[in-house]
Amino acid sequence: MVRSQRWKGAAFTVPFQLGFVFLYLIPIGYAVYQSLYRSHSFGLGLGGSTDEFSGLANYRQGLTDWAFLDSVLRVLVFACVQIPVMLLISLLLALSLDALTSRVAGRFRVLLLVPYMIPGVVAAIVWINLYSPDVGPLTPLGKAFGLTWNFFAPSMVWPSIGNLLTWHGIGYNMVIIYSALQGVPRELFEAARLDGASERRIALSIKVPFVRGALVLTGMLSIIQMLQIFNEPALFRNVTPQTVSDSFTPIMVIYNQAFNAGNYHYAAALSVLLALVLGVASFLFYRLTSKEAD
Amino acid sequence: MTLTAERSRTNPVRRIGKPDPAARSRGGQRFLLVGLVLASAYSLFPVWWLLVAATKDRTALYQSNGLWFSGWHFWSNLHQLFTYEDGIFLRWTANSFLYAGVGSLGGTLIALATGYGLARFQFPGRSLVFACVVGSFLVPIALLTLPLYLLFSKIGLVDTPWAMLIPCLVNPFSVYLAKVYTEATVPYELLEAARIDGAGELRIFFSIVLRMMTTGGATVFLLAFVNTWNAFFLPLTVLRGEENWTLNLGLYNWSGKRLESGVDLTGLVLTGALLSIVPMAVMMIAMRRYWRTGVTLGALK
Repeated sequence: MVRSQRWKGAAFTVPFQLGFVFLYLIPIGYAVYQSLYRSHSFGLGLGGSTDEFSGLANYRQGLTDWAFLDSVLRVLVFACVQIPVMLLISLLLALSLDALTSRVAGRFRVLLLVPYMIPGVVAAIVWINLYSPDVGPLTPLGKAFGLTWNFFAPSMVWPSIGNLLTWHGIGYNMVIIYSALQGVPRELFEAARLDGASERRIALSIKVPFVRGALVLTGMLSIIQMLQIFNEPALFRNVTPQTVSDSFTPIMVIYNQAFNAGNYHYAAALSVLLALVLGVASFLFYRLTSKEAD
Repeated sequence: MTLTAERSRTNPVRRIGKPDPAARSRGGQRFLLVGLVLASAYSLFPVWWLLVAATKDRTALYQSNGLWFSGWHFWSNLHQLFTYEDGIFLRWTANSFLYAGVGSLGGTLIALATGYGLARFQFPGRSLVFACVVGSFLVPIALLTLPLYLLFSKIGLVDTPWAMLIPCLVNPFSVYLAKVYTEATVPYELLEAARIDGAGELRIFFSIVLRMMTTGGATVFLLAFVNTWNAFFLPLTVLRGEENWTLNLGLYNWSGKRLESGVDLTGLVLTGALLSIVPMAVMMIAMRRYWRTGVTLGALK
């Protein structure tokens, strides 16, 4: 390629590079910089405040801050339950669709994708109202079966949020797994059938290993999203602030530190820590899943 | 899995005495259909409930069976929604369209140019740019949004539409998609032919590449639009005054009013929630073909 053409090619990426510098690199750098400082106010806070270099003090505080550590742990434990359940349902649905004629499968696929069209905030609003003892149909339904469930009770909040996330996510994950299934060479099934393999056996021994990549990908995306969960708990907090505290998830802790406590420096340190957790979790997940594949 | 196939091939005797596979799978298919019908019902009933709830007045909402109609008050609900606080809901709708529409349009154009540059040119730093694109997927939103808020407030952009529009211009995932699409649809030979005919690089991009990338561009735009329409953390952080809010922020605020000030806006929230689905549904159905390729592309990474 001609030398000048190369630079013209680079020129096409310049708007993005500029934007990336201003909207990614500078903010991240600024957050890291801020996380190394602390503000000290003088004169009972009336005389303003000044920033002082404090090294890693904010990080040390973050690593011993139980409100923050609890929130990370809470979300990780939740992720270990909700993500496998959601992916298992998505996988079963994708396998079911794959076993049907494409016309029937197409209809079901559209129906199952309806939740994906709903914005996350709206999905949370809808389910919160379904759960609501005042307007929701689930409370009278439970009564009909002799159950008195309270979806906003402390022990029920995570299952309630988990159900909402599962409802919202299965369609999308199913489509990704289903499209991976379409890539399996059909001759494999014929050969297996001729050899007397049952449909279930074919699904378990041929189809599932084939969509492993798609499962790893959807699992990875789900973990990244889950560690940053904010919208759903924030909306739940709107109706049950006594069970969903203001430090329920890591992002809620950070938001709270920044905008309610006004402690940007500490919030910045916590954001960096969360980024590290995210990186480590993704790396571990990737290593675990790719090692098994060998 | 080849192993399994081979193992059973060496043992053909097992086939004898098995039931007819067609008959077996018919029973199995019925089982699968029941499962799929149940899953579809689970997927649809909340939407059905929302639809029904939007047609009820206050008493019916609280007292009638949630899954069936009771009176028809949809139009009066709409009237109430549109006139509440001088039509602030319409303002939020317009804002959502502005941010998602203009932001995604700009973001898509930048992403297409970048994707094209990355896919069809070799230049120093190319792999670094691509590494930035992929690496940014792992950056938590708080790590970007909080410092962005502080920086924006220094230059007076907080609480203006710019605080929403500017971040939409740079979307690494769009760039990633645009690169994949360019690789799949824009052949080198065509670019060479255009160059030999004396077309400039800009002209090639605007009159050849963009035209070939209609499908890819539509998908990128659609996904960016959906993303911005659904955004919550960024608007919550950078928009303060309610005249700049998005639909999501407005609905969030209304749904908290009951505990905050004792005003129950449940009816308005539900009707508003239903309306805020409509643009998403219309866009996704209208662009179904593009959108499907976009969703499946995610799996090809």
